[in-house]
Amino acid sequence: MIIFIVFLPLFGFLYCAFFSKYFNDSFSQLVTTIFLFISSFLSWIIFIQYLGGADVKVINLINWMTSGSFSVDWRLRIDALTATMLIVVTTVSACVHLYSIGYMSDDKSIKRFMGYLSLFTFFMLILVTSDNLLQMFFGWEGVGLASYLLIGFWHHKESANKAAMKAFIVNRVGDFGFALGIVGIFFIFGSLDFDVIFNDASSFKDSTFIFLGFNVPSIDMLCFLLFIGAMGKSAQLGLHTWLPDAMEGPTPVSALIHAATMVTAGVFMVARMSPLFEFANFTNLFIIFIGASTAIFAASIAITQNDIKRVIAYSTCSQLGYMFFAAGLGAYNSAIFHLMTHGFFKALLFLAAGSVIHAMHHEQDMRKMGGLFSKIPFTASMMWIGSLAIIGFPYFSGYYSKESILENAYFSSSAMAQYAYIVGILTALLTAFYSWRLLFLTFHGKTRVHKNDYIQINESPKVMTAPLFILAIGSIFSGIILADYFIGEKQDIFWGHVIVLSNELHYQMPFLQTFIIKASVAFGVLLAAFIYFYRVGLSKSLSKKFNSLYLISLNKWYVDELFHIIFVKPFFWLGSFFWKKGDVNFIDSYGPNGVSRLINLLSRRLSLFQSGYLYHYAFVMLGGLIIILTWFIYF
Amino acid sequence: MSVTLDHFLFLGAILFTIGVLGIFLNKKNVIIILMSIELILLSVNINFIAFSVFLNDLSGQIFAMFTLTVAAAEAAIGLAILVVFYRNLGSIEVQKINKLKG
Repeated sequence: MIIFIVFLPLFGFLYCAFFSKYFNDSFSQLVTTIFLFISSFLSWIIFIQYLGGADVKVINLINWMTSGSFSVDWRLRIDALTATMLIVVTTVSACVHLYSIGYMSDDKSIKRFMGYLSLFTFFMLILVTSDNLLQMFFGWEGVGLASYLLIGFWHHKESANKAAMKAFIVNRVGDFGFALGIVGIFFIFGSLDFDVIFNDASSFKDSTFIFLGFNVPSIDMLCFLLFIGAMGKSAQLGLHTWLPDAMEGPTPVSALIHAATMVTAGVFMVARMSPLFEFANFTNLFIIFIGASTAIFAASIAITQNDIKRVIAYSTCSQLGYMFFAAGLGAYNSAIFHLMTHGFFKALLFLAAGSVIHAMHHEQDMRKMGGLFSKIPFTASMMWIGSLAIIGFPYFSGYYSKESILENAYFSSSAMAQYAYIVGILTALLTAFYSWRLLFLTFHGKTRVHKNDYIQINESPKVMTAPLFILAIGSIFSGIILADYFIGEKQDIFWGHVIVLSNELHYQMPFLQTFIIKASVAFGVLLAAFIYFYRVGLSKSLSKKFNSLYLISLNKWYVDELFHIIFVKPFFWLGSFFWKKGDVNFIDSYGPNGVSRLINLLSRRLSLFQSGYLYHYAFVMLGGLIIILTWFIYF
Repeated sequence: MSVTLDHFLFLGAILFTIGVLGIFLNKKNVIIILMSIELILLSVNINFIAFSVFLNDLSGQIFAMFTLTVAAAEAAIGLAILVVFYRNLGSIEVQKINKLKG
């Protein structure tokens, strides 16, 4: 069953790549979408089995490589964590496949698009089902590749190509850390298999090794390196710059890759390696700090962005920050729970935004929208559901996961946890604010669309609204149904020993604290309503009044500019130095070009010898003859 | 004074040198080159026959017959080429024949 789940998307891709040219576009869409729905259905069956606490299953496929004591197999590992990821990945992917049929209907390369989507899904499934770090790295790089291909899908747009390259290069930075971490783990543990690593983790907790002349705790160092990888993939502070730019890709891609699945791979990896991260005290503090800082940093940018997709992209970044600080606090189950609920509601938000963009004929600027509720009521209500879920409105999915993360932060004793708690509440406020700002700017108030265009706005076709509906169900009910298993009383049965569960008893949060959380969220919503609905002119005067703050937020804290000065420019200079001076002027001019120039020169000299006159030739022949004869006679 | 082998060899060497110089010094006429080649071949023949007579070995004379045959054929082909050459270029001046270069 698991083999079908993992390899059906691959077959979908292979079909699109090699056989789709014999059939028409809609058949490719049909094949890939049906494969994904089968895969998704099977995943849900497996997930329901694991709700009751099934055992860890490992399926051995084939040996990958064996070299001395180093041996890696292709294996599929299924446990509660994998099952959770399976449903998130396949469900969102199936919805996105279905949605793409409508969204990409007027595109020329539909087959390529569907193929890439399936390829991505395959790599993601390999990532989540891997049983060793190397196979995970294979999936990890594979999703990076698929992400690159899909961001740059509209390759005739220069910005799309740039964004694709940026995503790929920024991810390389993280992947470098990840690769070092893998090598280090093999160095310490002598194996890359999860079972071996997890069994031996406790015996290495006091071991140290020398790094750059310092004696560092080995597990701390390894986890730090792995976390660098996670930061790159999950767009955490410092390596986050690629994620907003990745919105250049088609919206279904943003929903699938840059919201629901690939960017959560970092969180998944940290949770998967939780038996190791458990012993990394310093790295955990670092994770909390980065996670919490990213959460508020991204949220502070999201409140002023005007591109509807960018708002949601920063919101993704911010929610990933939540997941990370939960993981850093040791609440891996809360992190994964938030990952799952976030997968549903963020995919919903993105696809709904895509539906708006589709209705607006590829207009993404919220300043040119407004008053769309009456025109596209279904999309608008889906967006409302998604927004309610993301701010944690009671009984929506986000409510349970976010509350549990904040609860863990509150009950944790370290100073860093207190920082995370306060930042978490502030971020919740900002989340509510930007979500409702988006809703009001897009769907309510007086329309800013041109009159003639406004009449033409229509609800998207059924094939696009059906996935919204499926995801909306997930966004509403996944929290209330699954909270018990993920973070509640049945967590021990559900998780087993797959991830490390914090042993602390779950106290109820004091009423005051829960009230503060809810009040801050409500305040955010009301603030947005006040600024963008009741006093429409207010936002302009506020942005003038706090101009510097507004500009910092609008320009994303100038991080891109800073990176441009610190990294891009010097490397560009270095690159062009090596290219122009090193390559062209030295290697080429003395190497291949030099030799060819020398031969040219010599042959031009030699060709002067060939005058074309017969008597010259005869003279040379005679001379040669005399020399040879002399040689034979005298030597 | 009797005629010795040396005399024949000197004669051959002189004819050979005249032939070679004829090729080098001639700037005007291709026919002279052909004649010079004949002269060189003749000098070789003289050497062959002289050695054949003085060494009492007939094979030298047989070689001389071969050489004569080759020289005749060469002269026929050379003259034929010359005629075609003249038809194409309207001149047989050696100085103007310098197409044979890279």
